[in-house]
Amino acid sequence: MSGGFQTNNPVLKWIEYRLPVFSFVDHAVGSQYPTPKNLSYWWNFGSLAGLALVILMATGIVLAMQYTAHVDYAFDSVERIMRDVNYGWLIRYIHMNGGSFFFIVVYIHVLRGMYYGSYKAPRELLWMLGVVILLLMMATAFMGYVLPWGQMSFWGAKVITNLFSAIPLVGEDIVIWLWGGFSVDNPTLNRFYALHYLMPFVLVGAIVFHIWALHQFGSSNPLGIETKGPQDTIPFHPYYTVKDLYGMGVFLIFFAAAVFFMPNAMGEAINYVEANPLVTPAHIVPEWYFLPYYAILRSVTFDIWFLSAKLIGVILMFGSILILFILPWLDRSPVRSSKFRPIHKQLFWVFVADCILLGWVGANPAEPPYLYIGQAGTVYYFAHFLIILPLLSVMERPRPLPNSISESVLKGGGTAMGATAKPMEKA
Amino acid sequence: MKRVIASVLGAVVIGLGAQGAAAAEGGPELPEYTWSFDGVFGQFDLPAAQRGLQVYREVCAGCHSLRFVAFRDLAALGYNEDQIKAFAAEATVVDGPDDEGEMFERDGRPADRFPSPFPNEKAAAAANNGSAPPDLSLMAKARPHGPNYLRALLTGYADPPEDVEVMEGQSYNPYFPGMRIAMAPPLFEEGVEYQDGTEATVDQMAADVTQFLMWAAEPKLQERKQMGLKVILFLLVLTGILYAVKRKVWADLH
Repeated sequence: MSGGFQTNNPVLKWIEYRLPVFSFVDHAVGSQYPTPKNLSYWWNFGSLAGLALVILMATGIVLAMQYTAHVDYAFDSVERIMRDVNYGWLIRYIHMNGGSFFFIVVYIHVLRGMYYGSYKAPRELLWMLGVVILLLMMATAFMGYVLPWGQMSFWGAKVITNLFSAIPLVGEDIVIWLWGGFSVDNPTLNRFYALHYLMPFVLVGAIVFHIWALHQFGSSNPLGIETKGPQDTIPFHPYYTVKDLYGMGVFLIFFAAAVFFMPNAMGEAINYVEANPLVTPAHIVPEWYFLPYYAILRSVTFDIWFLSAKLIGVILMFGSILILFILPWLDRSPVRSSKFRPIHKQLFWVFVADCILLGWVGANPAEPPYLYIGQAGTVYYFAHFLIILPLLSVMERPRPLPNSISESVLKGGGTAMGATAKPMEKA
Repeated sequence: MKRVIASVLGAVVIGLGAQGAAAAEGGPELPEYTWSFDGVFGQFDLPAAQRGLQVYREVCAGCHSLRFVAFRDLAALGYNEDQIKAFAAEATVVDGPDDEGEMFERDGRPADRFPSPFPNEKAAAAANNGSAPPDLSLMAKARPHGPNYLRALLTGYADPPEDVEVMEGQSYNPYFPGMRIAMAPPLFEEGVEYQDGTEATVDQMAADVTQFLMWAAEPKLQERKQMGLKVILFLLVLTGILYAVKRKVWADLH
């Protein structure tokens, strides 16, 4: 970390002396930020999530200039954007699909963290801030989906806000307070619009802290061992800036394919019907990225003592995300990377399969056989965190770790060294 | 690595498949028709869409509105300014209030939207056995597999099987959710006399009006796909260059 920002340009020098913004950037994502030399392409998804958010905010601000947040005009104003506003269809399809792609890259980002144990000490807060970001994203996406005021917008909003009525004693009052009335109506649409505009900026704030925490110890890496010196690291710039740019190019190809050739594939057809409080759609389903949680919510069909089935479902649904907050303490294995955890490696993929299974259940009606599959999937989801991971921490015998990143990279494999498994050093 | 991508794509595909299955619940599988607007190079079949406009105007428009489509939009179907003016002039539009404070009727102008057959939803329901005919502007996008569904529905009317009871004022149609539809069979052989001499079979008219409704629902489809090809081509070149730069930058490490 020796040597700061160097320049002979008098203007840059003048600015740097008064406001060291150039050395700040250089330390953040430049030549002064040492990064493990062995990051795989799975480490691209953080920057891709950032790109997705920028795309969403840029298109969202422009859409807001044409959108009307009123129950009588919202649907029409979106159609006006699609038909009469110059390139409105393009901006709207980018925003619509941008939400889905944001979730795709963030889910991959989260799963990468789980596979490689990135959440382990000393990066617990970094991970927890990530969970906060995920929650903020979900709230933002949910409210954004209400804005076009189609049938699924309305009924999705109704179902999800109604969940709060499960809270004992004050539930009903909370729902009326959330709605700003006695049903999902104009006040609801207005506040969701206001919050949908606000929350991405809160999200940016959370991301600043996320990246701040990241820089404290630097990126984790596929081997899961800490960097031990300059031989293990390379400067972020130019190595990872160019790698991230290449990743962004690949991402944009997939994104453009969706926007231009299948813009409605990830949406619900029925949302092209204007909201009608008197006609309930046959199947109310959320956007695809919420389907696993929706399956968990609906898998509880029995009361337990004084807890209603609905309340337990709500608790489990929120619990399925909140449990990620304590993941660093549920998985006590001293080894981070699944490369050296033969059983965890397998069970990670079982967990991924379980999430996909729950998503499939969530898209189907809450009746047998889907109901039973969803219940089994829900039990397994929580068992993975509460039983499997704690047990694995003590029962699994990890494979030996390499001595250092540079040694492993030069030998061309992660398991080359014959050292016995040793607990990883706590940085 | 590929496994994760495959899993995520799999989840999306499964989710979509499940939704498609739920839509066709109870009824027969939707036929897979071939459409000119399918695929990366898909475009509207303008003669078919023009015939579809004729079907809409002569058959559907008696009950179904098309409230998001303006006469001026018809330029995209290949009509010239005079033809559009003529179409619009055939419609009667309520305008006003005038200087006396009175509403008045006038001939339609190209900037007007297609006028609705009923003044409001209640009137539409009252005139149609209690169920209002839906607006068709977005219908081709508002149902799963929209174009296939529309064409199958329009050609799918049949005599009800023994175990299905159809009430007065309803028709049996296996493609409609619940199989009983309030819309009487709208299309009959030679129900429309096509100006271009095409034989007006029921399937021909169903295909044509679906083509027209797909255009009504997604008028920017051609523009979108043409731009998409250019954008993807550009991104492929850009990403190729970025990959080459990445290789060069990293070369000294390997």
